[in-house]
Amino acid sequence: MIGLWSVPLLFALPLALGILSLLVVPAWRPRLIFVGLPLLAAASLDVLAGLATAGPQVYRLGDWIAPLGINLVVDGLAVGMILMTTLVATLCALYARVYLRDHPPASSFFWPLLWFLWAGMNGIWLAEDIFNLYVGLEVMGLAAVGMVALRATPQALAAAMRYLLAALLGSLAYLLGVALLYAAYGTLSMAGLHEAATNNATTQVALALIILGLLLKTALFPLHAWLPPAHGGALTPVSALLSALVIKASFYILLRLWLVLGPEVTPELTAQLLGVLGAGAVFYGGWMAWRQHHLKQLVAYSTVAQIGYLFLFFPLVTNTSPEAARLAWDGTLMMLVAHALAKAALFLSAGNLILAVGSPQISHLVGISRFRPMSLFSFGLAGVSLMGLPPSGGFTAKWLLLHSAILSGQWWWLIVLFLGGLLSAAYIFKVFRMSFREGPQIDRSVTPPLTLDVVALVLAASAILIGLFAHLPLHWLRMGSVLGMG
Amino acid sequence: MDWNGLILFGVLATSLVASGVIFLLAESRVMLRSVFNLAAAVLKLVLVGWIILGVYRNVDYELRFTIIEGVDFILRADALGIMFVGLSSLLWLFTTIYAIGYLEKAPNRSRFFGFFSLCVASTVGIALAGNLFTFLLFYELLTLSTYPLVVHRGTRESLRAGQVYLYYTLGGGALLLFGVVALHVLVGDTEFVPGGSLSGLDPSLYPLLIGIFLMMVIGLGVKAALFPLHAWLPMAMVAPAPVSALLHAVAVVKAGAFGIARLVYDVYGVEFAQSLGLLAPLAVAASITIIYGSLRALAQDDLKKRLAFSTVSQVSYIVLGISLFGPVGSIGGLMHLLHQGLMKITLFFCAGNYAETLGVHKISELDGAGARMPATSVAFTLGAFGMIGIPPMAGFISKWYLGIGALEAQMNWVLGVLILSSLLNAAYFLPILYRIWFRKRDRLWCEGKVLGRFETQGSLLIPTLATAAFALAAGVLAGMPFSPLYWADLIVSREYLQ
Repeated sequence: MIGLWSVPLLFALPLALGILSLLVVPAWRPRLIFVGLPLLAAASLDVLAGLATAGPQVYRLGDWIAPLGINLVVDGLAVGMILMTTLVATLCALYARVYLRDHPPASSFFWPLLWFLWAGMNGIWLAEDIFNLYVGLEVMGLAAVGMVALRATPQALAAAMRYLLAALLGSLAYLLGVALLYAAYGTLSMAGLHEAATNNATTQVALALIILGLLLKTALFPLHAWLPPAHGGALTPVSALLSALVIKASFYILLRLWLVLGPEVTPELTAQLLGVLGAGAVFYGGWMAWRQHHLKQLVAYSTVAQIGYLFLFFPLVTNTSPEAARLAWDGTLMMLVAHALAKAALFLSAGNLILAVGSPQISHLVGISRFRPMSLFSFGLAGVSLMGLPPSGGFTAKWLLLHSAILSGQWWWLIVLFLGGLLSAAYIFKVFRMSFREGPQIDRSVTPPLTLDVVALVLAASAILIGLFAHLPLHWLRMGSVLGMG
Repeated sequence: MDWNGLILFGVLATSLVASGVIFLLAESRVMLRSVFNLAAAVLKLVLVGWIILGVYRNVDYELRFTIIEGVDFILRADALGIMFVGLSSLLWLFTTIYAIGYLEKAPNRSRFFGFFSLCVASTVGIALAGNLFTFLLFYELLTLSTYPLVVHRGTRESLRAGQVYLYYTLGGGALLLFGVVALHVLVGDTEFVPGGSLSGLDPSLYPLLIGIFLMMVIGLGVKAALFPLHAWLPMAMVAPAPVSALLHAVAVVKAGAFGIARLVYDVYGVEFAQSLGLLAPLAVAASITIIYGSLRALAQDDLKKRLAFSTVSQVSYIVLGISLFGPVGSIGGLMHLLHQGLMKITLFFCAGNYAETLGVHKISELDGAGARMPATSVAFTLGAFGMIGIPPMAGFISKWYLGIGALEAQMNWVLGVLILSSLLNAAYFLPILYRIWFRKRDRLWCEGKVLGRFETQGSLLIPTLATAAFALAAGVLAGMPFSPLYWADLIVSREYLQ
């Protein structure tokens, strides 16, 4: 079997590194990335190679059969998420190594938390049963809360506490749903549930609980209130990790469970409702982002808005033609990946701009385009993808979603995509407008270390490039998907 | 990838690479930047010349790769596209020379020239796009790359203009996107082919097609400054003179007009568009814009503002020509795409020369400028005569063909529009010429700069005279091979003989 060693390594290695980094002296903690990052990159690429040659497969941990052992699913979707995580987290780690030199106390705890976060996420991408999804969710959630608290200011602690409550409440609801399903069908495996589940009250209540819990964790409007202080207030590399990856994990679980249970159990109304909430998120998040005065709060609200697009998936695949459903699937995943890359780039370049002017206020960016063009350029490239303008991943995703909406005759989602794009242009160009204004002629800005600018630029450029070469990633992501599309 | 595809890519890459390198160059490397910029412009011109010869001999130039299933990125040189590329690369060279002189010692030049090259790359991409998807891609890129140029000065006024520019263009771009996606749903990848690809559709879809056409014309009309979507254009005048020149002559407004030409000729097909009844309303919209722009131009005292409203009016000649059903009208419209570019860029260069050398921005202050700056004033006069349509200038040839085209299409009222607009053109250009040549200046000129041997810096004067000469030659030598008239004739014969 191909990828024999690499699949378990994907979550065992970060876990081991997390424990190891707690044992070594703080000065050594950042250096562990020189071991961890290459190994994780190699494992991710090996899994991709396995997928490309042998196709999607189920991996049995320790070769035990399902109820006793743990099954891991290695299909296109999982591998796509793993690669996305490896790319974004690696770059964020490189960024953090330089960035955190000025924050020694935070630095010593950042590294263990990073590895636990990574282990939790990889666990989620690979899990085949709904209980292990819960375990991954908790590991990831607690690590994320810890990361928000790293700044240790009263605001950061308050934000972390709020985040903790939301995360726990969400997991609790999810766990209740899992328990109900287990009681009803005696299985936790998604494949098992797919076969056993019938449309009855228990399933519906369980699914409602699960959806509710995951919506809270994904911060879908109107359950988003915890997100802006947590993401906007955290240290810059943490903000990038949380906005790019962590919220995607709960959406991913929702996507998986919807594919397993959704179509038979839920009425079209639920799907439309999720779409409406998504639309609300796009409008409200975009509007709030435009109103912010702090740069990172603006970016955080932009995440609230962008999450909304992902939820257009549900109405577009429920009771629509296979072609429309396939386009919605492609479009949503493209949106997810493009947002991960672009949002990480946006947070990191926003962090660079803040470092340069020494203030988080947008109004202090006056004239910065003259002195820090590279940070601003990354911000702009990432912004292009978020606005859904070509050529970018965000544009390709929007194209696919528009296509799907027209094909399925749900024209009202067109309006959401139309206005959402204009709103995001409004808040992105708000920053540019300030930076192009001619201000003081003397360069008072601080030059951030080159690594920080380069990392942001690489992420932003990949958000653009993935849109131009979307063919291949979409092909992989479609492999072995439960919808059986493509 | 074959050689022809590579050459095509080279045309795009010259300005893309130039843009990337210029962004990375330090602000102080003036010499290196200028040399690189000019080298890229000249190289591009050579490549384009090569392709023009190839297209004339019916060689295929194509480059494509798949973006997502069913959507390809296609670059292709056809007669219509390469005409626009030729115009952009020629004027890019002159505008670069002009801008190097104009922005001497100004701040932020690295940023300026970087986006300037990116802007030209997008224009070339628009011209070479082989399907609607690729067109849209570069059309939006053009919006993004011109914004930093419009707000370049960083004053409150220019930021405001930039904002209005974005409102219009991003809104228009979104409408265009809808149209493109909707057509994609109906017929798949919409490649540009002469005669269009929609005429085979079921008649029950015709109302939908009309709606899509309307949406896309609005999306394109924003950049082409069709009334009432033109308000951003006069505001964008706050940009530096080379930007205005480029925006008005080649990049933005022409991208809109060119897009309408593509839409009518190569997506819908001119005959199908006529049978849907789409052309007559377009002609009416163009005519209203022509008259409206001229009337507004009359009222402006700011020279650049007057020229801006004149652009609003003149670009609609192109749209008018496209909407006149029949080969002669089409020739008139397409030819004007080149003629207007040459004439208008000359006029803007002149306006920039007056402003830079004499500090004059208002028409009422131009008295006696002809005696002080004879060469610039001759160029201005040639441009103005062309705009009015006095033979043998290029503008006359356009209007002549448009008039005959209108008669052929049995739209005699268009003739009235042409005559009225020519009178209005004369009414707002002749007073300027009168002031320049026949009035005396009663005070001394306040001249800030130390000048060279000429009446102004050589880098400002030479491009102005060169484009003026081209505008004159396009009219006088209209009967020669490879003149605008000749090339428009070639395009139209390929379109109508399908």
